Amino acid sequence: MQSYLPIAEVSVSIFLLLGLGTTVGILSGMFGVGGGFILTPLLFMIGIPPGVAVGTQGNLIVASSFSGMLAHLRRKTVDFRMGLVLLAGGLVGSAVGVRLFHLLTALGQVDLVIKLAYVLLLGIIGALMLVEALVALKRRKDKNYKPAKRKHHSWVHGWPIKMRFRTSKLYISAIPPFGIGIMVGILSAIMGVGGGFLMLPAMIYILGMPTKVVVGTSLFQITFMSAFTTVLQAVENQTVDLVLAFILLIGGVIGAQIGTRIGEKIKADTLRILLAAMVLGIAIKLAFGLVLMPSELFSIAF
Amino acid sequence: MLRILVAIFLLASPALAQTAQPQGPTAGPITSPATGPATAPTTAPAAGKAGAGAGTDHTPARETVVAGLSQNRISITANFDGTGILIFGAVKRTSPPPTGPLDVIIAVSGPERAVTVRKKERIAGIWVNRDSRKVSSAPTFYAIASTGPLSRILSKSEDMRYKITIPRMVEEAAAADGLSNLDEFATAVIRIRKDNGLYVQRDKAVKLSDETLFDTQIALPAALVEGDYKARIFLLREGKVLDAYTRTIAVRKVGMERWIYNLAHERPLIYGLLSLAIAIFAGWLASTVFRLLRIS
Repeated sequence: MQSYLPIAEVSVSIFLLLGLGTTVGILSGMFGVGGGFILTPLLFMIGIPPGVAVGTQGNLIVASSFSGMLAHLRRKTVDFRMGLVLLAGGLVGSAVGVRLFHLLTALGQVDLVIKLAYVLLLGIIGALMLVEALVALKRRKDKNYKPAKRKHHSWVHGWPIKMRFRTSKLYISAIPPFGIGIMVGILSAIMGVGGGFLMLPAMIYILGMPTKVVVGTSLFQITFMSAFTTVLQAVENQTVDLVLAFILLIGGVIGAQIGTRIGEKIKADTLRILLAAMVLGIAIKLAFGLVLMPSELFSIAF
Repeated sequence: MLRILVAIFLLASPALAQTAQPQGPTAGPITSPATGPATAPTTAPAAGKAGAGAGTDHTPARETVVAGLSQNRISITANFDGTGILIFGAVKRTSPPPTGPLDVIIAVSGPERAVTVRKKERIAGIWVNRDSRKVSSAPTFYAIASTGPLSRILSKSEDMRYKITIPRMVEEAAAADGLSNLDEFATAVIRIRKDNGLYVQRDKAVKLSDETLFDTQIALPAALVEGDYKARIFLLREGKVLDAYTRTIAVRKVGMERWIYNLAHERPLIYGLLSLAIAIFAGWLASTVFRLLRIS
């Protein structure tokens, strides 16, 4: 059964979209990631125009991160102050990113920039995750290993404009979280991702936040930032497709619940290695696409 | 208005009543513009031009087209999956047909839009869009069906005049932008759109019986661009166009598709907020429903 998407102006099989939504939902449920970085390239592949894929993705991220945030609010694992500083940066970054997206589309380089960004980020993060997961696996076998004490003061903490973040038990400069927010905001607008995969490591390793509050706080930031990005994309570029979002949403919601159950049954270490392998795999696939000679050298756009 | 004019003309023309005319379900047959100035207001500007062109070279036995479409309005609904239109008609004569084969070409073209064509080049190991050309108007859709191979039934000069074949159609637009005939950018537009099924050429797809009745089926793909589509019917003998006839097909989004599209473009802020509301509601619903499922 086909469905005509009013904004994308293409007709796509409903079952294909439901299948995509469910698959990405399962993965995001299993690994606790948003799944935007998998879904956006897949949407490109089935012929959704890049602008619409990225614009609509923001709307999906609102749904999934809002539902995740509710669970963390109940458990009180959200650092609102930190979340607001990250969000302030995120809004600035998102506004810059939406404009940048518009500009790159006009220049005809949006595909290239998106793909390069994916290859670089996914490549680096995938490799780091794989190394860490393998090291952790090795440590588990070594019984004499004692975890090193977490450093409470990294070099960025001493910057000016200090703020006290009670929930995170930190007294640090507001500049690093604001900067991280900007980075994530730009990426979310250009790549159609929530940015959790970038923000989580930054919060742990750069800001030194306790792992307990990291996920809830990042979901808080992502929910509001994606909401802002969606409205901005709708107003500036008219690239949010309600019908596309709705069909993907149904698949995603169901998939996420299935994925969570699968995730509970697999060992955490195995899960991390699997996720790292998947992230690296996508990066390598995209990298090949950039390097190999395309079968059609020309492309047309309105 | 259009129908009334047609009716008046049909009543006033006794010659027409004698010719065999198939009746369309929605669009009744309309005589071609070349038969007289009375029908001029009923046809599109291009048809008027084409008709006048055909009218200048008077052949002893005048042959003109009478045609209809199975639908002259296509609605894009939520489950739109492409459609087909049946184009049929007859040849009207005032004297017995001359010898030699009669040919019919039917071309359906979508609204014209400017396209940017980009060419990739290898820079530092990766393929990057480098050169680009703007073609200021190329049809978003073009289907051409004929009774025989176009190279045989249509002369080059007539193709130049009426812009019938696909390369001609795009060349015209490309030439206006200062691109040469065999420009790789212009041919890329044709190649890519052919690969995507947007430009279609089918020789021998028009059935012609007794040199009088003809019909063909044109398939319109699912990825249709909104706008006014033009169906042109050409009658040919020995490569020369005897008569040309044009009808418009209105392709429009309707219902929910129309509503969403209008809202997104006319009230983007409300549309954006509506999308958010739906997303937040879905997120809340999912969280609540599955929490309840887990507890029980």
